[in-house]
Amino acid sequence: MLKILKYSFYDLMRSRWSYVYLAFYLLLGIVLLFLNNDLSKAVITLMNVIIVLVPLIGTIFGVMYYYNSKEFTELLLAQPLKRSSIFLGQYLGVAISLSMSLILGLGIPFILYGLFKSSAIWDFSLLLITGAFLTFIFTALAFNIALSNENKIKGFGYAILLWLFLAIIYDGIFLMSLIIFEDYPLDKLSLVGTMLNPIDLSRTLILLKLDISALLGYTGAIFKKFFGTNYGLIISFIALAIWVILPIFRIVKKSRKKDF
Amino acid sequence: MVSIQNLHKKFNKNVVLSGVDLTINEGGIFAVLGPNGSGKTTLIKSILGMVIPNKGDISVLGENIKNNSKYRHKIDYLPQIANFPNNLKVKELIKMIKDLRGNTEADKHLIEVFTLEPFLDKKLGNLSGGTKQKVNIVLAFMFDSPLIILDEPTTGLDPISLIRLKELIQTEKANGKTIIITSHIMSFVEEVSDEIVFLLEGKIYFKGSISELKTKTNQPDFEHAIASILTNNHA
Repeated sequence: MLKILKYSFYDLMRSRWSYVYLAFYLLLGIVLLFLNNDLSKAVITLMNVIIVLVPLIGTIFGVMYYYNSKEFTELLLAQPLKRSSIFLGQYLGVAISLSMSLILGLGIPFILYGLFKSSAIWDFSLLLITGAFLTFIFTALAFNIALSNENKIKGFGYAILLWLFLAIIYDGIFLMSLIIFEDYPLDKLSLVGTMLNPIDLSRTLILLKLDISALLGYTGAIFKKFFGTNYGLIISFIALAIWVILPIFRIVKKSRKKDF
Repeated sequence: MVSIQNLHKKFNKNVVLSGVDLTINEGGIFAVLGPNGSGKTTLIKSILGMVIPNKGDISVLGENIKNNSKYRHKIDYLPQIANFPNNLKVKELIKMIKDLRGNTEADKHLIEVFTLEPFLDKKLGNLSGGTKQKVNIVLAFMFDSPLIILDEPTTGLDPISLIRLKELIQTEKANGKTIIITSHIMSFVEEVSDEIVFLLEGKIYFKGSISELKTKTNQPDFEHAIASILTNNHA
């Protein structure tokens, strides 16, 4: 698996897109710092961008890489390699190179600005960690979609729909259900609802770490009580890890039965 | 060498193989023939484990291939369409496959035989179909495996390379290897193969030597013998 990972990783490192992605984050980091002139404020703005953009890039890159490397995959399948190592190697190659672009692209400008002397370092690290988690989650979901759809256009369509659902539509439904059932106690439900969507989960996690939960009113207090503690933090990370593990598990299962 | 029992495969509702039983003994050249869509490639891909059969057992050199990947060390495979990652150089591709399968020195000789030196530093995406096929042949023949599977090996080759390929196949045969070939070029099949297997509608219609086929169909030459099978069945 490590050999496949190595080749996928090199392949991506040589493609222009990794650099475009890296350059984009470098630029974003510099512009935000320049405009905000303050590390912690830049972190908040950055969160809003990351939460939406990282899943989108992960999804599109994952689907694109799978379909583009079809030839490579077929070549590998005739070699004495396990199917699970071929696909996991490719998946990890994509996810790791994307996470690296994210971490380096944002890390460099913030470090240059004096991150290590600032109190925002923990918030910033949390932001990067959740960003990496989101990359791994959405790349894995994208691989799942691509594995299940031979048709490229369909695969792309489903992938974009998935992103749209989790990034936007889910929130809408969630909010509507809170309004409709407002007569009932909803704190447990909204906690669970947040856990079930990795984007919501990451957003809540960062917001509460940034200590602006006062803006959220009563629900914010409940959320703070849960997510703000170490216990909540650990549970959240476990939930994110499950979001990574389940799709990976399905990649292995699905790839075992597929015809090429 | 290869034994296939009661192999069934369908893609959605399209039945491609329905109950293929086939034993291929060690040594010699076997041609798998059949009209378009008769399941030749599916049969070969099942042996390679790229297509998962719905039913049936396949064993290669005594090893059942189900959930197994090690046995592919003993197979060299030349795919039908030479699809390679486009942004890799020829040299890098050869190096990569060596890294994955183990080192070999045979590639140098093969590159010389097919005069590929000028292309080693070119990207695979920029090569012509015939040159890609030559790279494909180098990759397939550079490992010394007892079983060689060639799916349409002649596609896109110029006459000189075709002669070189035939020589290569004969050398490997003389080394005691088992070679499975599919091809639509009947003269090529007649020239190289010792035994043929004819697939028709997902079943084995005929297995034996070319002279046996001629007697069976009452035709003087091989090409007509094949044609008569097809017309008699599709008329």
